[in-house]
Amino acid sequence: MSLEFKPGSAVDPKRAVRFGAWRVAEYRFYAMSKWMTSVIVFGFGNPILYLISVGLGVGALVDANTGGGGILGVPYIQFVAPALLASAAIQGVMDEVTFPTMDGFVWDKVFFAINATSVSATQIANGVMIVALGRGLFTTVLYLGVLLAFGAVPLTSVLPLLFTSMLAGWGWASVMLAITARLERDDGYFAIIGRFVIAPMFLFSGTFYPLEQMPLFLQPLGWISPLWHSVQLGRHLSYGMELADGMLLVHLAYLAIMGMVGMRFVYPKFKERLSR
Amino acid sequence: MSKSVEREAVIRARSLTKKYKDFVAVDGIDFDVYRGESFGLLGPNGAGKSTTMKMITSVSQRTSGELTILGKEPNNQGPEIRAHLGVVPQKDMLDRELKVWENLVTYGRYFGLPRKWLKTKVEELLEFAQLTEKRNEKADDLSGGMQRRLAIARGLINEPEILLLDEPTTGLDPQARHILWDRLFRLKEQGVTLVLTTHYMDEAEQLCDRIIVMDKGKIMAEGSPAELIRKYSSKEVVELRFGTDKNEGVAKQLEGKSERIELLPDRILLYTDKGEALLTSILDSGLHPVTSLVRRSSLEDVFLRLTGRTLVD
Ligand SMILES: Nc1ncnc2c1ncn2[C@@H]1O[C@H](COP(=O)(O)OP(=O)(O)OP(=O)(O)O)[C@@H](O)[C@H]1O
Ligand SMILES: [Mg+2]
Repeated sequence: MSLEFKPGSAVDPKRAVRFGAWRVAEYRFYAMSKWMTSVIVFGFGNPILYLISVGLGVGALVDANTGGGGILGVPYIQFVAPALLASAAIQGVMDEVTFPTMDGFVWDKVFFAINATSVSATQIANGVMIVALGRGLFTTVLYLGVLLAFGAVPLTSVLPLLFTSMLAGWGWASVMLAITARLERDDGYFAIIGRFVIAPMFLFSGTFYPLEQMPLFLQPLGWISPLWHSVQLGRHLSYGMELADGMLLVHLAYLAIMGMVGMRFVYPKFKERLSR
Repeated sequence: MSKSVEREAVIRARSLTKKYKDFVAVDGIDFDVYRGESFGLLGPNGAGKSTTMKMITSVSQRTSGELTILGKEPNNQGPEIRAHLGVVPQKDMLDRELKVWENLVTYGRYFGLPRKWLKTKVEELLEFAQLTEKRNEKADDLSGGMQRRLAIARGLINEPEILLLDEPTTGLDPQARHILWDRLFRLKEQGVTLVLTTHYMDEAEQLCDRIIVMDKGKIMAEGSPAELIRKYSSKEVVELRFGTDKNEGVAKQLEGKSERIELLPDRILLYTDKGEALLTSILDSGLHPVTSLVRRSSLEDVFLRLTGRTLVD
């Protein structure tokens, strides 16, 4: 057996150093495609369960007690939809920034193997983000599809809601990636984030009723939550809920800054960890 | 080496240093690796071999000193350099969830290699690594030695100019080791520069044109295996075992009988150019070792001489 070998001529160095992020993403999407069924089942399962419990249960009750007006003039399910979608996006990106990053740095150390090729640390970080956003988008689109199919949101809301959910997803993903990249080992951090951050966030972000209904001392929980900002934006853009002066900009800026600041902390940490 | 004057240095290190906090893992080493040669880093655990390899891989940043690889600066041209390196790290770092062939294809994609080209390349490499039959198994389900072979095949996917192998044969059975040596030798014939680390002196002797012996982050000696043996050891070695508690006493009696004597916990080593004659005279003098053996000097002896310690404890 002889291996045909022309040292150094197989790789085009210019091509090799470009699009590394997409190659990292390509590989993750490929690996993910192996458990596509479960991604799809969960993707459809969650919204259907929520629709049944919130739409048929709580929604029917709320709508009946408000003379069919729902909250603030729209059916209850439409009021909740932006929150359901944004949290679906957040959950989707969360899975893709946490576990693959731990795998990359700690468990299987695949990032070190990838970084031994022409792919750079920055490209690896971007690749992780591409996959996370792709996964978030996929989950959100499935969710929206179900909501549409059940007539829970009008067609005109689709684009605004996709935008607001993905903006929340991006902000959340980059902050979580910045944090995960700093973990030297898994000390049950994901369980803690899930139980003590994501779950309360879902409950305290004006999800099921306007944030102002909460006692004032609890409202700051909503103010810091990307979910609340996304939900406010989503309600405004999808059915015209009034926002106080300047708040449109505040909500947009809050999420955008989360995303940008997060990434500012992601890149140097990826570089540092891979160059030890 | 006299020949080296006109040869092209593909790796050049000067005062190369790596510190982890206050700990100096690589302590100001100088070396050149020339195109087409096979260069070895030999040394015990913790000598700084892997750290040196990671700096050559242009991932680990040096603390100080100079390093040039293929004429480029690793601190800011890492990806360009790595496009032409084949890296086989000490830990395999395979994607355990992916199948054997998928591990190779995804790795090739990172270099921007076209899928079509990879298709045939992967089959060649599977054969090279004797993994054709295992191509559809998950990497996780391979034996340790097979995973090692897969990691080696993966390092060849981009047809590198320089192949960096960190303890390539650890975990391989003797037959697989010899097959690998043979194949690496053929790669070298096709112009690939090999840089490898090892604890195995037979591997270094078989595979390397030139080696550096490292200990505690420093270079203790440099040269071809034969040169080093000639310089730091005698032609032959007599190994005697009298039993753990008796060795020390007997060693005293044997002083002066050979050029040099080394007392190890389990045996006595006598360095001489005429092993058989020395052994006969020792036996004639009425000493009765439990076991005795005359052998050629090896790099192990060189290492012992240089550091006072054995290479593999
Ligand atoms: N990331 C790190 N942080 C701190 N210390 C490190 C790190 N990597 C290596 N070291 C230390 O540097 C020294 C050299 O390690 P290195 O891995 O280079 O040794 P080696 O020669 O490859 O040994 P072995 O034969 O066991 O593989 C060791 O003392 C090790 O503990
Ligand atoms: Mg090592």
